[in-house]
Amino acid sequence: MTTSELTLPEAKGSRADGGRSGRRRMLGAGKQLHAGPVTYVVLTVLALVSLAPLLWTAIAASRNNERLAQTPPPLWFGGNLFKNLQTAWDQAGLGTAMVNSVIVAGTITFGTVLFSTLAGFAFAKLRFRFSSTLLLLTIGTMMIPPQLAVVPLYLWMSDLGWSNQLQTVILPTLVSAFGTFFMRQYLVQALPTELIEAARVDGASSLRVVWHVVFPAARPAMAVLGLLTFVMAWNDFLWPIIALNQQNPTVQVALNGLGTGYIPDQSVIMAGALLGTLPLLIAFILFGKQIVGGIMQGAIKG
Amino acid sequence: MTSSKQALAQTAPSADAAPGDQPGAARRAHGRGTPPPGTSSWRSRLYRWDMKASPYAFIAPFFIVFGAFGLVPLLYTAWYSLHNVQLSGLDHQTWVGLDNYQNLLSSEFFWNALENTFTIGVISTVPQLVMAIGIAHLLNYRLRGSTVWRVVMLTPYATSVAAATLVFTLLYSWDGGMINWLLHFVGVDPINWRESDWGGQFAVSSIVIWRWTGYNALIYLAAMQAIPTDLYESAALDGAGRWQQFRHVTVPMLRPTILFTVVVSTIGATQLFGEPLLFGGVSGSKGGSAHQYQTLGLYMYDQGWGIGNLGKASAIAWTMFLILLIVAAINLLITRRLRKSQ
Repeated sequence: MTTSELTLPEAKGSRADGGRSGRRRMLGAGKQLHAGPVTYVVLTVLALVSLAPLLWTAIAASRNNERLAQTPPPLWFGGNLFKNLQTAWDQAGLGTAMVNSVIVAGTITFGTVLFSTLAGFAFAKLRFRFSSTLLLLTIGTMMIPPQLAVVPLYLWMSDLGWSNQLQTVILPTLVSAFGTFFMRQYLVQALPTELIEAARVDGASSLRVVWHVVFPAARPAMAVLGLLTFVMAWNDFLWPIIALNQQNPTVQVALNGLGTGYIPDQSVIMAGALLGTLPLLIAFILFGKQIVGGIMQGAIKG
Repeated sequence: MTSSKQALAQTAPSADAAPGDQPGAARRAHGRGTPPPGTSSWRSRLYRWDMKASPYAFIAPFFIVFGAFGLVPLLYTAWYSLHNVQLSGLDHQTWVGLDNYQNLLSSEFFWNALENTFTIGVISTVPQLVMAIGIAHLLNYRLRGSTVWRVVMLTPYATSVAAATLVFTLLYSWDGGMINWLLHFVGVDPINWRESDWGGQFAVSSIVIWRWTGYNALIYLAAMQAIPTDLYESAALDGAGRWQQFRHVTVPMLRPTILFTVVVSTIGATQLFGEPLLFGGVSGSKGGSAHQYQTLGLYMYDQGWGIGNLGKASAIAWTMFLILLIVAAINLLITRRLRKSQ
């Protein structure tokens, strides 16, 4: 895909923001040329490629196993959607799995947002010994692959008798290096130091400062981090499939069970995949803008 | 790293800071904890202690949890990699020195997994990042409904590895699969994606590309929007066309971001696991019937929980980590070179 053929005749700098010139230090200060028809066509094709597999999941989930084995594959909906969803919910254990995933992803999200805000605030605004070293260490931990922890975690889990219990999946992911760094970057510029000092002068304890000054200032970033964390926790795969089995699965573990074939009906498998993705799709429809904003903010390294 | 707001704070009177400020308390505190006047000494001592200890209390949860579930296991994994640990008898751990590593290096399956990881990593990362830059460039135009376009491009990222792989497996199926059906219109014979060597690797890569391209495009878009407009204007004055502007302004300014995405994608590619596992179906943990798309992550899982040799799985995990560090070091060297050459 080259971008050379997308030349457009417009003049540069036709800015429609009331002519506020000068370099705005915010997003959107790039070249703002109007898109031509070619751009829209290419973007539409890309949007179809992004959405088609999901749409086809729904189509396949509304058919039956025999129909999916025939050529040509179905291109429109059949009448079995609710029947297959029901089968996936009851027999393939997606019902239990959804409840489990809500508990797991919800708890992880709460913990990550809380602890990341506290640590991010300390790294952004407080002076203490070794702070820069510890921050570097935190960023460095992002390099460590999860594979390096799973064998000992598995053995400890067996020793504790925690096999197949949700806390096994929750505890290791309750904090996040990315989240800590993300909150630090946000609070450095969003939390005025004089607010903290004023509260200090009033003799407020650190906890009061956190509650009355830091949390209100951090609220937008907390929401974004919460959304990103929920997506990651909901989709987490490696450790859950080692720690949990089909008796007490998360959604991903249940889908893994479907894929390795104890239910041979493809239309039910597709219904399961659809169910497992639905909560995040709803989140995207409701909060897509914030999630996009969060990823774009996380990309700009201060 | 002082932002402009902090610079302002150096000169601004603190009286405008908080509502409910007592007029008598408008002294600068300088963050070093001068206690409010008129308090007893134990209170000021408590206050000073609070100032000293609270930062550590705030970062403690992260370091405690990460230490317990990240750092300590990492060292234990090294320890187990020097032992014979079997899933069938967890209590009998015997010292074997470097046997697991020797075993690994003489195993054809290890070299096969290393090669597959590298191949799939390259054919999934390179096209993905090139396309992401192109998409970011398109999204950087002034668009109608720009937010909607961005959300749509990001939708695959919301689809879990498991769900996406199950769908793509069906699309790639040998008989009645959508992709073979579409290929027959252009006169290509049906391909047995799951069984063939390159076919399986291509299919697995396509799942990775589908899930991550939009995500990387948004990261590039954020970087593109931070490029000052006057750079383009001066390039245009110098007579640079659109394509030259893209090549000589956009791409160089994106260099740090490109490096960042390359590093993150490399880490992801080294750990690739879920896609080949589910794409392989019944022979998933083998990475296909002939191990044709068994990655290192999959090889580790199969050794540890398929065959039950946790000692060897630990050795594979540490080997993966070393490979990552080597790749990161190479990345760093290349960046240094590029900086010097400018």
